[in-house]
Amino acid sequence: MRRCPRFSLALGLLLLATPVLAQPQTLTPAQQRAKAKAQNVPEIPYESVPNFLKFPTNLYLGEGIGIATNSKGHIFVYTRSQETRLFEFDKTGTFIRELGEGLYGFAFAHAVRVDAQDNIWAVDEGTNTIIKFNPEGKVVMLIGRKSEAVGGLEETPAPGSPVPPAQPYRLSRPTDIAWDAAGNSFISDGYGNSRVVKYDKNGRFVKDTGSKGSLPGQLSTPHAIATDAQGNVYVADRGNSRIQVFSNDLVLRAIYSNVGAPWAVCITPGPHQYLYSSNSNPDSNNSEIAAVTGEIYKMELDGTILGKFGKPGKLLGEFGTVHQIDCRNPDEISVVEITNWRAQRILLHPAAAAAGATGAKK
Amino acid sequence: MRRSLRTLLLAAALLYPGPLMAQLVIPEIPYDSVPDFLKMPDRIYMGEAVGVATNSKGNVFVYTRTGHTNVGLGDSRAFSKGGARLFEFDKTGKYLREIGVGVYGFNFAHAVRVDPQDNIWVIDEGSNNIMKFNPAGDLIMVMGRKPESLRVPALAPAPPVPAPTGRGAAAAPAADTSGRGPSGPPGSGIPGDLFNRETDVAWDTAGNIFVSDGYVNARVAKFDKNGKFIKSWGSKGAEPGQFNIAHSIAVDAKGNVYVGDRGNNRIQVFDNNGELKNVIQSVGAPWAICITPGAHQYLYSSNSNGTADMNNGEIYKLELDGKILGKFGRAGKLLKEFGSVHEIDCRYENELLVGEITNWRVQKLTLHPAK
Repeated sequence: MRRCPRFSLALGLLLLATPVLAQPQTLTPAQQRAKAKAQNVPEIPYESVPNFLKFPTNLYLGEGIGIATNSKGHIFVYTRSQETRLFEFDKTGTFIRELGEGLYGFAFAHAVRVDAQDNIWAVDEGTNTIIKFNPEGKVVMLIGRKSEAVGGLEETPAPGSPVPPAQPYRLSRPTDIAWDAAGNSFISDGYGNSRVVKYDKNGRFVKDTGSKGSLPGQLSTPHAIATDAQGNVYVADRGNSRIQVFSNDLVLRAIYSNVGAPWAVCITPGPHQYLYSSNSNPDSNNSEIAAVTGEIYKMELDGTILGKFGKPGKLLGEFGTVHQIDCRNPDEISVVEITNWRAQRILLHPAAAAAGATGAKK
Repeated sequence: MRRSLRTLLLAAALLYPGPLMAQLVIPEIPYDSVPDFLKMPDRIYMGEAVGVATNSKGNVFVYTRTGHTNVGLGDSRAFSKGGARLFEFDKTGKYLREIGVGVYGFNFAHAVRVDPQDNIWVIDEGSNNIMKFNPAGDLIMVMGRKPESLRVPALAPAPPVPAPTGRGAAAAPAADTSGRGPSGPPGSGIPGDLFNRETDVAWDTAGNIFVSDGYVNARVAKFDKNGKFIKSWGSKGAEPGQFNIAHSIAVDAKGNVYVGDRGNNRIQVFDNNGELKNVIQSVGAPWAICITPGAHQYLYSSNSNGTADMNNGEIYKLELDGKILGKFGRAGKLLKEFGSVHEIDCRYENELLVGEITNWRVQKLTLHPAK
C-alpha cells in the first residue's frame, strides 16, 4: 500500500508531461474564458453530510443565497423564498427560529455574515440595505436605505445604462460585508455601484474605492468580500474573474486571477488562515460554461492554490451555483446553492489529498 | 455649569437681533436617551419610524413603514396594498396592540398625531389619505382618496438607452390620476378635499383641521372639524407664503399655524386664516416641528440629516416668536444620535419622543435645560 502513492505520483507526472492527454477536449472560446487558469490543482477528497438542515413541515428553503455560522456553530441561512427569509438552525441542523419576518429591509437576499460578537448581518440587494441583528435577533443598526415606495413602479435601468455616482450612505445592490479587528465594515457594493466602501464601527463613512472596469483596482460585480487577521480586504471581482486584495486603507496590494470567477470567498479564522473561493457554475441555463466550472479552491492568503473540490450537479456533494461559503472550521465548510435550493455541509479531507498527491486518483 | 449656561443664555439674548438672523451663540441642551425604550414583541419589527405621537395617558403610537407595499397586477394597471403599520405602546414602552390591520389607506406612512380628545390621526402619503381613529381604534373619518391604481410602465424599448437613471433616482412614472382630485400642474396649490402626498395634520382649539399638503401640491389646507373644506393657501416656490415641501405642521393655543417649509429652510407662521405673520429662518430645514401644550408653549424643530448623509441632525428649542433657546443632538447611528428625525412628540416639554427614518427606531429623550 505504501508504494502505491509513489507509483501513482510517477504516473501522474507522466500524464502531466503530455498535455494533449491531460486535456483531451478542445475548449470553446467561452469555455476558455470561464475555465480557471490554474493547472494541475490537487483534488481535495470530501463528502457532503446527508440531510444537513432539518426543516419543519411547511417551511421551505428557496434559493440558497447566504449562509453563516456563529461561535456556537448555529447556522444562519438567508434565502430567496416566496418572501426573502432568514432562518437559524443549531449546529446539528435542527431548526430554531426565523429572524426578521416581514422586515422592511427583506426583499431579495444576497448574503448573511456573523461578526466576531455573533451579531448577524443580512445583506439585501433588493432594498439596498444591510441590517445588523444582535444575537437575540433585534435590529441594532442599518446601513443604506430602501427606495421609497411612494414613487410607484420604477422602470428597471436598461443593462449598460450609466450608473449615477455612488453616495456615501446609499448602497446600490450591495453583495457582501466583512469586518476588521477594529470593527470597521467593508462592503462590496455591488451590482449597481462598483466599489468597496468602508464604514467605522458606528456606521460612519470612512472611504470607498473602485469604479466599473477591468483595470487593476476597478471592479466588475464585486460579489463577495472577506478580511484577514491583518485587516487586508479580499474582494471577489466576479465579472473580471479575479480576487483583488486591498490594504485596510483600500490600496490595491495583489490580484489573483487563476481561480475562475469568484462567486463566493471566505477566509478561515485561526493562526493559519486559508482562503476559499468558488468558481461557481452559472445560474443561467448554460451547460457550456457549467462543463468547465463549479469547483471550489482552497488557497493560502498569498494566492498559492492548495487544492480544489466539487463539480456542478444536483446530487449530494455536487454544486448548483454555490453563492456563499462559511469556513469557520477550515475542514468543515457550509455552502448554499442557488439552483439546488439547498445548503450543504462539506467535510474536507485535505490530509488524504496531501498523502495521495497529484494524480493519485488517475 | 448652571452659571455658565445662564451666562450663555444671557449672551444669546443680548446678541439676538431679530427673528430673521441666526443667533451667534446657541446653548447646547444636555439630554439623555432611554435605551431600548420601545419593546417590540417577537416577530414584529419596526421599519422606518416616520410617525410618533402620544395620547393623554402617555401611550405611544408609532406609524412605521414596514413590510412591503405589494403590487398586484390587473391587466394594464397595478394595485398597491400594505407597507405601513400602526402600533400602540404604553408609556413604559410595552407593546399593546396594532391598529388598522388591513386598512385600505395604509401604504406609505408619513406621520401620526393624537388630538386633544385622544383620537389618532394617521397621515399616509402613499394613499393620500388621512385616517382618524377613535381611542378604541375604530376608523371614524377619512380624508382624501387613494389613487385607484399605479400605471404599469411600458416595457423598456430597445436601445437607444434612455437618459441616466438609477434606482431611486428615476422620475416616478405618472400615476393614475383617479383620486388625485382636480387636475392642475404640480405645485399649483390646487384647493379642495384631495391630497397629493400630504405630510402632516394639526388642529386649533375649535377643532379645525390644518393639513400640510405636501410633496406635490404645495399648500396648507384648512377644514372644519367635520372635515369640510374651508380654504387653502400657498403654491410651490420660495416667495413668502409659498412652500417647497411643506413637511410638518403645528398650531399654537391662539390658533396660529406653523409650517415646516423644509425645502426653503424656514418655518412660516400664519394666522388662523392663512395670513403670513412670521418667518423663522435660523434653524435649518424643519423636517419635524412640534409645539408643547400648557401655559408657556415652546416650539421644537429638527434640522434632520438627509437620508443619504450624516450632516446636521440637531433639534432646536424655540419660543413661539422664533427666539432660539437651545439645541441638542447630531446625526449618527448610536443611542442619542439621530438618523433623519421625521416626527417629534412634545406633549411633555422635557421628555420628547423622536421617530427616525434611517435608524428604524423611536427614541425617548430626557432634556436637562438650565433653568
